[in-house]
Amino acid sequence: MQSLSNRKKVVSDKPMTFMEKIYLPAILGGMWITFKHLFRKNNTTKYPEEQRVFAPVYRGMHVLKRDEQGRENCTACGLCAVACPAEAITMEAAERVKGEEGLYREEKYAATYEINMLRCIFCGLCEEACPKEAIFLTDRIVPSEFERDEFVFGKDKLVEPMNARIDVTKRQHTGQRGTK
Amino acid sequence: MDSGLIIEKLILVAIIFSISLLIAMYATYFERKVAAWFQDRIGPDRAGPFGILQPLADGVKMFMKEDFIPSNSDKWLFILGPGISMFTSLITSAIIPWGEDLTMFGSTVALQVADFNIGILFIMGVLSVGIYGIMIGGWASNNKYSLFGAIRASSQMISYELAMGVSVITIVMMTGSLSLRDIVQDQHGMNWNIFYQPVCFIVFFVCALAETNRAPFDLPECESELIGGYHTEYSSMKLGFFLFAEYVSMFISSAIIAILFFGGYNFPGMDYFSGNTLAILSVIAFFTKIFFFIFVFMWIRWTLPRFRFDQLMHLGWKNLIPIALINLLITGLVIALNKGWF
Repeated sequence: MQSLSNRKKVVSDKPMTFMEKIYLPAILGGMWITFKHLFRKNNTTKYPEEQRVFAPVYRGMHVLKRDEQGRENCTACGLCAVACPAEAITMEAAERVKGEEGLYREEKYAATYEINMLRCIFCGLCEEACPKEAIFLTDRIVPSEFERDEFVFGKDKLVEPMNARIDVTKRQHTGQRGTK
Repeated sequence: MDSGLIIEKLILVAIIFSISLLIAMYATYFERKVAAWFQDRIGPDRAGPFGILQPLADGVKMFMKEDFIPSNSDKWLFILGPGISMFTSLITSAIIPWGEDLTMFGSTVALQVADFNIGILFIMGVLSVGIYGIMIGGWASNNKYSLFGAIRASSQMISYELAMGVSVITIVMMTGSLSLRDIVQDQHGMNWNIFYQPVCFIVFFVCALAETNRAPFDLPECESELIGGYHTEYSSMKLGFFLFAEYVSMFISSAIIAILFFGGYNFPGMDYFSGNTLAILSVIAFFTKIFFFIFVFMWIRWTLPRFRFDQLMHLGWKNLIPIALINLLITGLVIALNKGWF
């Protein structure tokens, strides 16, 4: 039959020659191959000290963004929780009162916002669902913990701090979503 | 017997004992490093500079683990197993000649604990006892996997001991003595047995791999089929003893290979030195050879896949024993012709 992939190989079942039967040349050949690996550069990334460079589309730990004035973008609409296939997101909404205009961008905000990192599958659907560009998946890694309940991340861990803003411009599609 | 000799021997025993343990300890570290290098990794590097405290960390871990004895096991035999393994691995180091005589405090110190005139026979005997540790341990665990491992170990040892014995006889015939010191002195300078007996060396080396349960003959502990084989049920330092015994016997096997085929403590150009310089250089030469063979053991482990059990038996009984026997016959003929018996 004609080969379609040009990778067809004819397999033969020849009896082994004497040199093949004593195995020693093959063993020495194998040892030579492993020996060459002794002098090769290793592929290890020493993780806590050095970190691999992630692709711009890498989906890691979430961040709840603030806008330029430092107000939280999230309005607790719940679309991310609806979109979440793993049901990892829960939130409680609250109304903004007078004097909180500097904290929250719109009249409604998330009083609590929790993501269970053990349930999360880092699919990024929350980010896609968000109409306010409030939640993004970043290139940060979720740190390991000893207890399960420590993996439920609240606003204290999710909202970006004012003094250490997290750059998500690589993942922002401004103009395409029609919000800003 | 004068007391000076006893003290001298006691000190020597203590030194050799600690050196064996130290080398076995660092062999575990080195094994992991070599494995890493062969696989383009770094290996353990967290405990201390370059990870050199790793063996200590491993030891502490072993001691801290729960020492578990299965309720259905034979308690005393279960404890005896690792003990025998460790004891037999260590005791062989008593008759290994480590170097030329050293002169200290006006007396000549032989760097060998005991120069038996049946040295190599003693080693073969102790090696055969060593299998009891694995067999008793595996049997006393009362676990099918352990029993399988133990049975494999014993059948493997019996098959490979024959070929090993025959190849040792070849060397003994060439030397005319069973004493390890005589065998070493017969290979003075560069007159090593490997140049006369390469086939015998290959047979012996393969058998040594099988006797120490190293890959590609590590069927008794075969993780993928037997979940660790004879030490499945062991934990804590009992497991540590089994694993440690493997490294000690690897060290001792390397020493014996160096003695039988690579001239022991002889090195080319040794006639230019004398006295203590010669003694120290010879010890260094001997340990260099030992370390090289430990490295080869590891090199082979991380190169070759494990044998299937029937392949192992096929190799042992149908290939190695006939090769060793024919080699013995030819050696005998050549010796007879040289001595003019025909």
